[in-house]
Amino acid sequence: MIRVVLPAHLRTLASFHGEVELEISGPVTVRAVLDALEERFPMLRGTIREHVTQQRRPFLRFFACSEDLSHDSPDAPLPDAVATGAEPLLIIGAIAGG
Amino acid sequence: MSGVRVLVGTKKGAFVLTSDGKREKWDVRGPHFAGWELYHVKGSPVDVNRLYASQSSGWFGQLIQRSNDGGMTWEPAGNKFVYDGVPGTHQWYDGTAHPWEFKRVWHLEPSLTDPETVYAGIEDAALFISKDGAHNWEELSGLRKHGSGPKWQPGAGGMCLHTIILDPKNPSRIFIAISAAGAFRSDDGGATWQPINRGLKSQYIPDPEAEVGHCVHHMAMHKSRPGVLFMQKHWDVMRSDNAGDLWTEVSGNLPTDFGFAIDVHAHEPETVYVVPIKSDSEHYPLDGQLRVYRSKSGGNEWEALTKGLPQSNCYVNVLRDAMSVDSLESCGVYFGTTGGQVYASKDAGDNWFPIVRDLPAVLSVEVQTLA
Repeated sequence: MIRVVLPAHLRTLASFHGEVELEISGPVTVRAVLDALEERFPMLRGTIREHVTQQRRPFLRFFACSEDLSHDSPDAPLPDAVATGAEPLLIIGAIAGG
Repeated sequence: MSGVRVLVGTKKGAFVLTSDGKREKWDVRGPHFAGWELYHVKGSPVDVNRLYASQSSGWFGQLIQRSNDGGMTWEPAGNKFVYDGVPGTHQWYDGTAHPWEFKRVWHLEPSLTDPETVYAGIEDAALFISKDGAHNWEELSGLRKHGSGPKWQPGAGGMCLHTIILDPKNPSRIFIAISAAGAFRSDDGGATWQPINRGLKSQYIPDPEAEVGHCVHHMAMHKSRPGVLFMQKHWDVMRSDNAGDLWTEVSGNLPTDFGFAIDVHAHEPETVYVVPIKSDSEHYPLDGQLRVYRSKSGGNEWEALTKGLPQSNCYVNVLRDAMSVDSLESCGVYFGTTGGQVYASKDAGDNWFPIVRDLPAVLSVEVQTLA
């Protein structure tokens, strides 16, 4: 079981409160987590990564286990603590004006 | 009992303002989509409870929301806008070639006949259509592939397709406008397009009378006379009596002819409204006095409408999609400001009052007249 923490606006959009829990078969990567997340919450498609390029949106970052994973390959294995559910994958919006 | 519903898009959410036909007591609901930019909210003319909203943010990109109950509840619809083929390049601010990139939806225009069909004007400029209630979107790419695309360039707000006007008498005819490319018309339902900018003169571009490159801010039409168009250009208020084939300036006695919003009275096709703004570098009313100007002669002769509007120390802007009219017997006129006020007039502009004063900066105002 994988745990994901979404930014507040995306929790509201998905009408979901708290951590999202996802089951993933196969390697636990950012791509696999986002695929599973968007499958469960289709309204999140395009909000975390671009529809066509699948690139992470520039004002979002991925963190886990106190590490910034934003610039790792989306196919790189996530830390074991995330894969086992001990730690969540954090999707964090930039603290930027407005 | 008749009534009106005012759909307000702001920098931090959408608001729905409703009143009965007296337009004295208002119910204000919102913010919907709190914290997001709502560039535009508009209802279907054939189903007043079907609303579409463009919701976006710099963090999370573009969403489209849909309501089937007049804005009480909403559901996310499709947000996948993919250009048809290789997008190519347009001009960047410095004249260099810049790749076409989707940024946001500026304007949603529901079909005049089918509540499931809606058009979207986007940045970087292109026109999209959905025929399934905004779930799936397809580009009407004949516009972008017209051939002049590489000469289009962004205005200060981006290279946006911000105006879509559907001809109520000719379902094959569509008008659009782009900053800063100009106005275009299709006579075949959006398959092919021609620029309709003859008569425009823009001193800020290398060829002031170029076929494309004009910063058209907004256009308006009265449904009884779809061949007559009014335009607020960057500078200049313009009029065409032949569906855009030729424009003539009707700025007349306006104190400044820079501005964004323009609209037409619901029952008087020659009565036009603009909100003059001081200049392209000072986006607020002249002399700090918020004045709507009305022409009852289709332009050239304008009168200032000031009763109920602040006449000192007012430095707000009124953006291009932030003015609308209702079609009650005494035509109501509405506009929103970047200071968060939504003003209304029940008597075609003679007297004004604020429905709300302290919303986030208003991006768009659309009005539905309820039976």
